[in-house]
Amino acid sequence: MKPAFRASVNLALNNANLTGALGRFSEAYRTGRAKAYEGIDFEAVRARIAQAKSAAAAHLDELAEGFKAKAEARGAVVFRASDPAQVRAYILALAKARGVTRIVKSKSMASEEIHLNAHLEAGGMEVAETDLGEWILQLDHQTPSHMVMPAIHMTKEEVADVFSGKVEPGQTPDIPRLVKFARGRLRTKFLEAELGITGANIAVAETGSLVIVTNEGNARLVTTLPKIHVAIVGIEKLVEQFEDIQPILTALPRSATGQLLTSYVSILTGVTPNTDGSPKELHIILMDNQRTAMAKDPKFKQALQCIRCASCLNVCPVFRLVGGHVFGKTYTGGIGTILTAWFDELKQAEDIQSLCIQCGNCKVVCPGKIDIPELILELRRRLAVEQGQPVLQKAIFAVVNNRRVFHAMLRAASVTQKPFAKNGFIRHLPLFLSGLTEFRSLPAIAAVPFRDRFKQIRQPPCKEKAAFYSGCLIDFSYPEMGEAVVKVLNKAGVEVVYPEGQTCCGAPARYSGAYEVAARNAQDNIEALLEADVQYVVSACPTCTVALKQDFIATFESLGMTGRLDDARKLAAKAMDFSTLVKQLVDQGRLTFKEGKELERFTYHDSCHLKRTLDASKAPRELLQKAGYELQEMTECDMCCGMGGSYSLKLPEISAPILERKLGNIKATGAPLAVMDCPGCVMQIRGGFDQDGAAVRVEHTAQKLAERLE
Amino acid sequence: MDNTLFETFKARAEAVSAEVHRFPTRRTALDFVLELFRAQAVQDAPQGALWAGGSFLEGFGKEELGTPGLSFDVTRQAAAGAKVGVSQMDWAIADTGTLVQDAARVDLRLVSTLPPIHVALVGTSRILADLPSLFRRLHPDQTGCISLITGPSRTADIERVLTIGVHGPERLVIVFVDELGKEAA
Repeated sequence: MKPAFRASVNLALNNANLTGALGRFSEAYRTGRAKAYEGIDFEAVRARIAQAKSAAAAHLDELAEGFKAKAEARGAVVFRASDPAQVRAYILALAKARGVTRIVKSKSMASEEIHLNAHLEAGGMEVAETDLGEWILQLDHQTPSHMVMPAIHMTKEEVADVFSGKVEPGQTPDIPRLVKFARGRLRTKFLEAELGITGANIAVAETGSLVIVTNEGNARLVTTLPKIHVAIVGIEKLVEQFEDIQPILTALPRSATGQLLTSYVSILTGVTPNTDGSPKELHIILMDNQRTAMAKDPKFKQALQCIRCASCLNVCPVFRLVGGHVFGKTYTGGIGTILTAWFDELKQAEDIQSLCIQCGNCKVVCPGKIDIPELILELRRRLAVEQGQPVLQKAIFAVVNNRRVFHAMLRAASVTQKPFAKNGFIRHLPLFLSGLTEFRSLPAIAAVPFRDRFKQIRQPPCKEKAAFYSGCLIDFSYPEMGEAVVKVLNKAGVEVVYPEGQTCCGAPARYSGAYEVAARNAQDNIEALLEADVQYVVSACPTCTVALKQDFIATFESLGMTGRLDDARKLAAKAMDFSTLVKQLVDQGRLTFKEGKELERFTYHDSCHLKRTLDASKAPRELLQKAGYELQEMTECDMCCGMGGSYSLKLPEISAPILERKLGNIKATGAPLAVMDCPGCVMQIRGGFDQDGAAVRVEHTAQKLAERLE
Repeated sequence: MDNTLFETFKARAEAVSAEVHRFPTRRTALDFVLELFRAQAVQDAPQGALWAGGSFLEGFGKEELGTPGLSFDVTRQAAAGAKVGVSQMDWAIADTGTLVQDAARVDLRLVSTLPPIHVALVGTSRILADLPSLFRRLHPDQTGCISLITGPSRTADIERVLTIGVHGPERLVIVFVDELGKEAA
């Protein structure tokens, strides 16, 4: 990570206006979005969008030609351009040829992408952005920090200063007045401009139509008043049929701002009359700029399903802390990381891709059904292939790659940590490691790992068998969680075996883009776990479970290791997370909990992989309630805790404030107990409370259930 | 006429700060609009009221429409100065509280974009349930400009505070007329 990038992240984190505004917005957004989608089958709507957009992405050239034919039949001029320079040159030449000096623009990310304003201004044009947020930024020489709300990072005081300094002195920080002031100033520009530039939200090949969505009404003025209209349209905005706009118009306003529909939607087809009765001169530029190349990439073609609603920004626990500017000049957030890698170059995404904590929130809300976290991992993988891994990371994975060395080192660490460990925690680390324990204590490495303790456990005779996959944290830091798993399963008549050949699940390597290391881990584990003759393979770590059920397969597929797939699928079919298996055993009547006594209240934290990949948010809650605990839900129960595996080590400055919010939400419930299914979340949240000092106990579901067996 | 469609429309449109009225006849609706002109103290240009013609006006003559400040000659200059713009809408969508217009005629766009108040006339029987119902009736092959209007112009670009009336109208007054547009519904 480049020092300049880290500095920009820290600058953003310390900007209280930014984090305050984004934090409040992200909380309001969640409610607003849910309300806007009431009575709408979101899954059905997004399936239609994904279908229409992916079909379009597969035939971009055809659709562009079809659009061109239709629009030109209606009097438009359509120019297809492959690169930004052609687009800039075309517009400037047109403006000069028509004697234009004044241009008004409504919001267009495509024009931001090609830095159009600077080019036109250098060519002698006066260009005015008319979207209020964009105008403020233009006056202050800033770039948008959010695709839908470009100036969300600014306060009214800052806006008043910009207006006073750049337009007319004496503006006060009163929002309605500032808006009125902008209306008056921009009204003159609308009326004087000879040329108007817009983007488009959708372009329909079947009819040659452009669909433009705004709230302020500026696009209506830009397309009505000047005699020339230039629309810049990225070709990923193309859909085949007119009916394809329906699901997009259903989702875009709801996902972007929680509106049922934006104030204005204009469907423009061909030439319409100007205010003096002459026909409008309409130029539509279909811009490629890497989109066709993207469509040909088997992984990244799905990114063309984006409708630019920015919901992936709004639900991102990292975006709400750092805002958009750290991402670069144009596209921001999760999808922005992917678009920047393509529209600029892969190298540009090198630092920003590391911001993704892989919580999966964006994937759940994306109206285009884009697997953004997966695509960011793919960027990471390609970067690692292209540029190699950082030296330190390489050294670490060289160790993880060799099970015996890795485990020997962990055992050695249980001894060398002694000066720092107290009551099971490491609270301070020396020198460059100190940042890791500033905001949360780390668990000490257990003196006896689970794999050794397991040999001491005496199990009753059982009719079924399960292989336990402990994962590194339970094995070396939290062996008591493993013991609880054995106790619960034994009670249900399931004997637990512990295949010794198991090693790290490979998630840290995979999430760092080191797929070869992850594949080696996968092979070792598959071999060890399939050797055991068992009905189930169970893990009490959701991230490990996802590795067993999905990631091993995905890693092999990415690397073209098709010969390994059969075994990986065999293992996936047997693998289960602890709570889902236990719920199944309870439902089968094989396991009951002590009854009668009302126990303490607890709040439940949904771990990212358990909730969003394994879809198991109900099972642990039901089990804990059956076991006598009273559930008290917290705000944002399914928001990431900031752990993200090695993320909290790489970006502790971001992990810390995410954790702080989580601790606050837990404390606000007043419950003395926070339960979760992931040892990684336990490590983060328990470590956080150890530093925070609040009397909240943090436990794994397995432990709380083991205490309540009949 | 299904009254639930009107009620749904009213609730949805009011939720986005539009004003919704309903009258049985064109005559009573016209009285309401003329009263609004008086309340706004419209005067002769440039502070006038500008009416883009439509079937609502059929049969009304100088006697009914001869109000000071009201003009039917829609120009860019007149619209830029007008206090009130009036136009007729083709459809309404209950589901989202949206008005729909074939706005290929530029006068229709001028009166609904530039003046601070837009009065939108629409036949009550022209209310459709949802977007799909609209697109079964209105298609880009028929017109170069389809305008969907949902509430007045709005922005939340400064500190996310909702502010009405940035570039377009700050008031959207929707006037339903029961006897209007029945024949074409």
